Amino acid sequence: MSGYYHQEDLARFSEIGEHAPELWKKFSEWYGAVFAEGALSEREKCLIALAVAHAVQCPYCIDAYTQACLEKGSNPEQMTEAVHVAAAIRGGASLVHGLQMRNAAAKVSM
Amino acid sequence: MSLLSLHHPLSAPGEQLRVLQNGHKPFASALAESGLFPLTATGIGVLQINVGKLCNQTCKHCHVDAGPDRREIMSRETAELCIAALRQTSIPVVDITGGAPELNPHFRWLVEQARALGRHVMDRCNLSVLLLPSQADLAEFLAEHRVEVVASLPYYLEQQTDAQRGNGVFAKSLEALRRLNALGYGRPDSGLPLTLVANPVGAFLPPPEHALEADFRREMERRYGVVFNSLHTITNMPISRFLEFLLRTGNYDRYMQKLIQSYNPAAARGVMCRYTLSVGWDGSLYDCDFNQMLDLPVGQAAPGHIRDFDPEQLGQRRIVIGQHCYGCTAGAGSSCGGATVKQG
Repeated sequence: MSGYYHQEDLARFSEIGEHAPELWKKFSEWYGAVFAEGALSEREKCLIALAVAHAVQCPYCIDAYTQACLEKGSNPEQMTEAVHVAAAIRGGASLVHGLQMRNAAAKVSM
Repeated sequence: MSLLSLHHPLSAPGEQLRVLQNGHKPFASALAESGLFPLTATGIGVLQINVGKLCNQTCKHCHVDAGPDRREIMSRETAELCIAALRQTSIPVVDITGGAPELNPHFRWLVEQARALGRHVMDRCNLSVLLLPSQADLAEFLAEHRVEVVASLPYYLEQQTDAQRGNGVFAKSLEALRRLNALGYGRPDSGLPLTLVANPVGAFLPPPEHALEADFRREMERRYGVVFNSLHTITNMPISRFLEFLLRTGNYDRYMQKLIQSYNPAAARGVMCRYTLSVGWDGSLYDCDFNQMLDLPVGQAAPGHIRDFDPEQLGQRRIVIGQHCYGCTAGAGSSCGGATVKQG
């Protein structure tokens, strides 16, 4: 194995259902329903997915939802802003934990 | 420059067909699994006349390989044969395409004759042609003859549009759209329909038509004060310049797989070749404009030239298919009238 991530594996995603077909079926149905147009449009849901893909740093998801965003009519400006939202939350999440650091330091300090 | 002028191997239809025939599930098998093989015409509702390959633009995805360097152009004699064929029938729609069809010297005659026969006429317009000095009165001519303008605009932003259609094209397109709007085009109840046609700026499928139309309507009005009646989405066909792009950028296999995985039997049932007859610049007959560019004429059982036009035989002909046909059956489908499976 030359590496952990292979682009071709994305198309093989459904193989994960081989030893748990019922769970895969449930996941697939739920996944499809999640991304269907509802109170949010399909385009908005894809932008959220793109942002989350960057937050969880999944290369398969980034590949899939970059394509999906384009196929729902989003443009690079909108997609870049979505990535910044993910980055801001990740950065903010680190920074806000600084309060834990401050609390911990305060507790042991004179 | 066109692929032809560059002497690119893919300027030859045979080479395109050779590339397309490699390795993927045959389109005939997909049709057979949906009970649609052999695919047959259901009549002729649209006479699509391609009046030539001359164009003032050289778009990166063009399936015609059109451009300023192309010289193939329909003669007056062939245009007269098209009108004679129309006169024999009640085909309701005449769809004039190119290249930039307006650059054919017989374009206006063809429009006048088809309108005099009471047919709905569509002009597949690249918009920038309206700004050429030689076409200064074109918009007024189209309005006077109540021609539907079907205008190509891949996206509502300059960057994407110019990336596909050439630098400066978006600004020219906006000016042309404003000129059309000023004449009443795109305004409800004016009787002057303005249809936008959007195709992806890259190797991906088009968005759902109703959703993209809503985005375009909002953004075109908000940003530019431009209005239109409807928007059609078209899938990029993996032939000619778009095929060259796919191969050059390493996107070919993935794009074909996507088209094949997205095969939709409902879209296949509604493909435009079933109700369209396509006429080439030299009068040859085809099932669609894509077959025309691949040199795939109508099957031998049907007349091959407009001079031998026979609506009975042609209206029930067997459609000639190939791997490129996946481009019209993916997702919500694709045709010169946009998605073939309408939603929303």
